[in-house]
Amino acid sequence: MNAPWLDWLPMLLDGTLITIQVALLSAVVSIVLSALAGLGSLSRYAVVRLISRAYVELFRACSLLVLLFWVYFALPFLQIELSKLMAGVLAIGLNIGAYGAEIVRSSVSAVSGGQREAGIALNLSGTQRMLRVILPQAAVRMVPPFGNLMIELLKSTSLVYFITLSDLTYEAMVLRNNYYVWTPYIFGLLLLIYFLISSCISLVSRLLERRLAVWR
Amino acid sequence: MWDSEYAAQLLPAFLPAFAVTIGATITGFMLAVLFGLLFAIAGRSAAAPVRWASRSVVEFIRSTPLLVQAFFLYYSVPMLTPVAMPAFATGVLALGLHYGTYMSEVFRSGIDAVPRGQWEASTALHLSKRKTWISVILPQAIPPVIPVMGNYLIVIFKETPTLMAITLVELLLTAKTEASATYRVFEPYTIVGLLFLAVSLIFSLGIRRLEKKWSFGRENEKGGLR
Repeated sequence: MNAPWLDWLPMLLDGTLITIQVALLSAVVSIVLSALAGLGSLSRYAVVRLISRAYVELFRACSLLVLLFWVYFALPFLQIELSKLMAGVLAIGLNIGAYGAEIVRSSVSAVSGGQREAGIALNLSGTQRMLRVILPQAAVRMVPPFGNLMIELLKSTSLVYFITLSDLTYEAMVLRNNYYVWTPYIFGLLLLIYFLISSCISLVSRLLERRLAVWR
Repeated sequence: MWDSEYAAQLLPAFLPAFAVTIGATITGFMLAVLFGLLFAIAGRSAAAPVRWASRSVVEFIRSTPLLVQAFFLYYSVPMLTPVAMPAFATGVLALGLHYGTYMSEVFRSGIDAVPRGQWEASTALHLSKRKTWISVILPQAIPPVIPVMGNYLIVIFKETPTLMAITLVELLLTAKTEASATYRVFEPYTIVGLLFLAVSLIFSLGIRRLEKKWSFGRENEKGGLR
């Protein structure tokens, strides 16, 4: 008896597309938040530092699944109703962004002080110094940990299953209801698909690292 | 909006659930330490196939979601083998395996930091492999990484709600059950959210203090040697 692989493909493909969609959207949200809160933690203004630190500490301490439930089920009671996709993207983006902010902060502060002083000596403005001197050097350090973080992000997209957004995990659970005897195969295939997407992320991260380190 | 009376009524239901969450966290953490050590030691084995197998397993587990691993262990393993484990055992096993792969990296960095001379001295003293690991390497490799291990304790705590998918009655599933019984969702989810927040903030504060104390003590040690 052979497993009916071909019957599963359309559903798994739909699920993969939703998973990738959630992953890409929440990656955008989390990268924007990482940059804001990471650079904000190094700001010269105490208020900006305080807000950035509060965001990082709060959302790193929060359990993602609990946050997701709160955003999707409890927020409507405060008159804020989000679609499943929006709730998933917001919760994952907020959570991963807090971790990303720490990567941005530590990579930027790891660039030696001499670089900043040289920028001042050359009469570069604060923005020029940041964009042309500090960030290009910090970016090389950021890429490998961000690659790992994006794999964490991909894995956390599986949690949208709980709010019944039809991602890869959800579709596999539906398949399992229809093809009960094939449960181990379905979950095995599911693990394999996640592994493949993760491998793509680490490949991209390695290529990007090589690309950015060219000037060294 | 916020009904304190209803919130107070919920507390008795949350107490046993909190105990389950804490129990799963601690058991999961202990398994993660155990698996982490095994992966780290196997990753340094003299036999290439053992090294390769251990690293591949670590890579695969790290690249796939805990939720799917828990599903696999809970729903597939009983169909493939005669073993059927209850939700708690399956859940902590999943946590232990998943975070064991992270823990193995932590141990690896600790082991790499042990000076080569320690290995050579063990060889010179004709200590067995076992004796070298247990009496020489690990006692030096583990203490410096204890704060990092503590961070993973918090991570595991925050991941326990995932196990509600395999019917483990922990905090979040209890909140869901309460919410669906009364149709009031705001209070249960908010209480659980605040509870998770409070516990992990307190814990990370403790670990940060430990970290400071630790690095201070180690610097002193180095200074003393000079």
